[in-house]
Amino acid sequence: MTVVASAAPLRLSGLRKAYGEVPAVDGVELEVEAGSICALLGPSGCGKTTTLRLIAGLERPDAGEIEIGERTVNAPGRFVAPERRRIGMVFQDYALFPHLDVAGNVGYGLGRRPDRDRVAEVLALVGLEADARRPVHELSGGQQQRVALARALAPTPEVVLLDEPFSNLDAGLRDRLRQEIREILLNAGVTALFVTHDQAEALSIAETVAVMREGRVEQVGTPEEIYSRPASRWVASFLGEIEVVPGQAAEGRVECELGTFPAEQVEGPVDVLVRPESIAIGLNGPDGAAEAEVVNRRFFGHDQLVELRLRSGQVVRSRRLGFPAWHPGDHIRAWVDGPADVMPRDPVG
Amino acid sequence: MEAGAGAFGDAAAPRGRRSSLLSRRRPPLVILLAGVAIGACVILPAAYLVIVVAGDLGPALDTALDSRTAGVVGRTLGLAAAVTATSIAIALPIAWLTVRTDLPGRRLWATLCTLPLVIPTYVGAYLFVAALGPNGLLRDALGVERLPSIYGFSGAWIVLTLFTYPLVLLPLRSALRRIDPQLEDAARAMGRGPFQTFRSVVMPQLWPALAAGGLLVALFVMSDFGAVSILRFDSFTQEIYISYKSSFDRTATAGLGIVLVVLMLALLWIGSRIRSARATHRLGPGPARPPRPYALGAWRWPALASCSALVLIALVLPVGVLVYWASQGISAGSTSLSLAAGLAANSLMTGIGAAIAGGLAALVIAVLVGRYPGPLTRTIERAGHAGYALPGIVVALALVFFATRAVPILYQTLAMLIFALSVHYLPLAIGPIGAALAQVSPRVEEAARGLGRGPTEVFRTVTAPLLRGGILAGAALVFVHAIKELPATLILAPIGFRTLATEIWNQTSYGFYEASAIPALILLLIAAPPLYLLSERGTVAS
Repeated sequence: MTVVASAAPLRLSGLRKAYGEVPAVDGVELEVEAGSICALLGPSGCGKTTTLRLIAGLERPDAGEIEIGERTVNAPGRFVAPERRRIGMVFQDYALFPHLDVAGNVGYGLGRRPDRDRVAEVLALVGLEADARRPVHELSGGQQQRVALARALAPTPEVVLLDEPFSNLDAGLRDRLRQEIREILLNAGVTALFVTHDQAEALSIAETVAVMREGRVEQVGTPEEIYSRPASRWVASFLGEIEVVPGQAAEGRVECELGTFPAEQVEGPVDVLVRPESIAIGLNGPDGAAEAEVVNRRFFGHDQLVELRLRSGQVVRSRRLGFPAWHPGDHIRAWVDGPADVMPRDPVG
Repeated sequence: MEAGAGAFGDAAAPRGRRSSLLSRRRPPLVILLAGVAIGACVILPAAYLVIVVAGDLGPALDTALDSRTAGVVGRTLGLAAAVTATSIAIALPIAWLTVRTDLPGRRLWATLCTLPLVIPTYVGAYLFVAALGPNGLLRDALGVERLPSIYGFSGAWIVLTLFTYPLVLLPLRSALRRIDPQLEDAARAMGRGPFQTFRSVVMPQLWPALAAGGLLVALFVMSDFGAVSILRFDSFTQEIYISYKSSFDRTATAGLGIVLVVLMLALLWIGSRIRSARATHRLGPGPARPPRPYALGAWRWPALASCSALVLIALVLPVGVLVYWASQGISAGSTSLSLAAGLAANSLMTGIGAAIAGGLAALVIAVLVGRYPGPLTRTIERAGHAGYALPGIVVALALVFFATRAVPILYQTLAMLIFALSVHYLPLAIGPIGAALAQVSPRVEEAARGLGRGPTEVFRTVTAPLLRGGILAGAALVFVHAIKELPATLILAPIGFRTLATEIWNQTSYGFYEASAIPALILLLIAAPPLYLLSERGTVAS
């Protein structure tokens, strides 16, 4: 069974697209390695879907270049039509052809006389070999989504683009399908770029995450890098809960209310960014641990979120496993146990 | 600082934005040029009328501002209002009964109640006179000297209502089918009774369909020519026809035509205001569940009785009287079947020609408007709908002026007739094609592009198959109306070219009821199948 795609790297440089006065994509730079899965993560309206449509050739950029492998599909004076780009696209609402059955949809990209073996092969890849002759409207949301993926993969594209592929599925199904689709994409060996506004989705599926904001890529990195070493306060807060504790940096060390730790290349007033799960609490702490009082606690079963008031009056949150239980009024100690990011103090706030 | 997933989890937002992205696309030049040409063709009759009148303003103004004209305007508007009101009063309960209840045989009733639409109003009027008039069947059967007069306003009101209410019924039925039944469930769960639910939840969603259907009826009445002539109701089209026949001064006739067009434009404007003010949108995802039919219980007997009475009066009796006259004609030997076959062939040729031309033109306009919205395409669409505001008699007159003065070679040719009919009925085809196109997500076409097919291929393999139902429906509508059309055919048909419609008219005006019965029956047989297809489409498709 050969379902391996001829994966090619994808490269975007200086990509721009404005609608009237409003820039939607404002100088996007991005490289996706051949055969890897990259997530384009950002809030809605940040230009990530437009970026995807530019790559697919469904919109014409105002400036910039798009390269797929050795081929330049977009450059000043050059625009390759979408049907010649060898790109597979999975749409948010799947955009299945309602007048064709499952096999008809999957075979559509294979020309007028689609190779049946290839259709069967791709259907097997997504686990729908038994449903080839079913009309698409009979399928469940998850099945439709897999047909859409099979359809995109059938013509062995070099790059597959997925636009919010899981947003139309309910939560339970979404989790399972994320892993399934990830496996399928890795097995197919195709370069995949998917757009999402869901941090957990991006972090759990992608090998590389590109965070987009206001038409630009703000940071690219592995999920771990993005999460634990965000390039900006905005990225940090977009990726999850974050606490900002003021501190003072001098001679390679940072002092703040939650303790003292090493930090290079900064001097003077700084912000220490810590995620709640990196704030440890206990009745006794290590040297330098802060004194704090529990002011609130929310219990979620497998974990709990404890709000603490430090001596300075600042309230920070600590995410701990569900037990032991903490109660408002408890006098405890708090310290940083995990990654913390240090940035020069934001002059604005 | 606590910006988590929820704050940005607005998946619905990009959708609207993306459709506005599409608006910036330019249509392919060929389609755009075709659209502009079609728009120009549709505007041509009206534009020419204006040119004629502007060239000789005096007599036209005199006629238009005449007190006689004011009286005609009042009478015509009064009739339009009365027929619209009664049509809605009939169509609303029938639509609800045949869509949302367990009325026995509701599909059949829906078809039967839609069928009167295929009876041309001039045929209906002649049958009305032949049955209830001074020398009619009823008088003979009762053996009395005189019956109450059936001429004038009341006669026109009754006849036009009986044969135009399906114009309200059709959009109402499809609107009722589209309503999400969960909304009614929600209203019931919030403590509203069934009647209150209908009033507060269903009715507001039916308003656009009611306005659209009511507008169609009003426009139809104002442009009707045959029925009002036979029933001797002095309406606007009558006035125009008499002016055209009796005087050589055609600018006066053109002036009258313009006044009528202005009236109809005003009506269209009011209608569009109502519709946009009442527009509803379906919120929430996924296909609606088919509604659970409302159990009528013992009420089904009065419901069945009402449907039966309606079908009896609007369908069975007219067809029965027709069959009676036809058998009289055949037994008396005054009807030639081979002549009738020739008439039918002429009608079919005209109707099919108009359906193809109108269907193609409507497809171009629907694609332009649906896929490349913008100021230019909006203008083309408006032009495409001009036929709504131009009565057949006005289109015909304008084209006569145009042909005799500008291109005499086209005067009284079949091409001219087909052109007039397709231009006139073009808006009927735009509706269903546009609706079908709106169902095809542009994303589906983009998916096809991404899978390696060029734009033409995508249209052939994806868009066209998905539009097939809409195109067929649109073309069928043009066809049905084209073969029924009377005044335009009377005025524009080549000399000696007789169709079913003109034959019915001619024989009726001489009082030869037997001779007009066979062509009328054939007309019904040709028009019924496409209409059946249209009324069933909504329930069968998807």
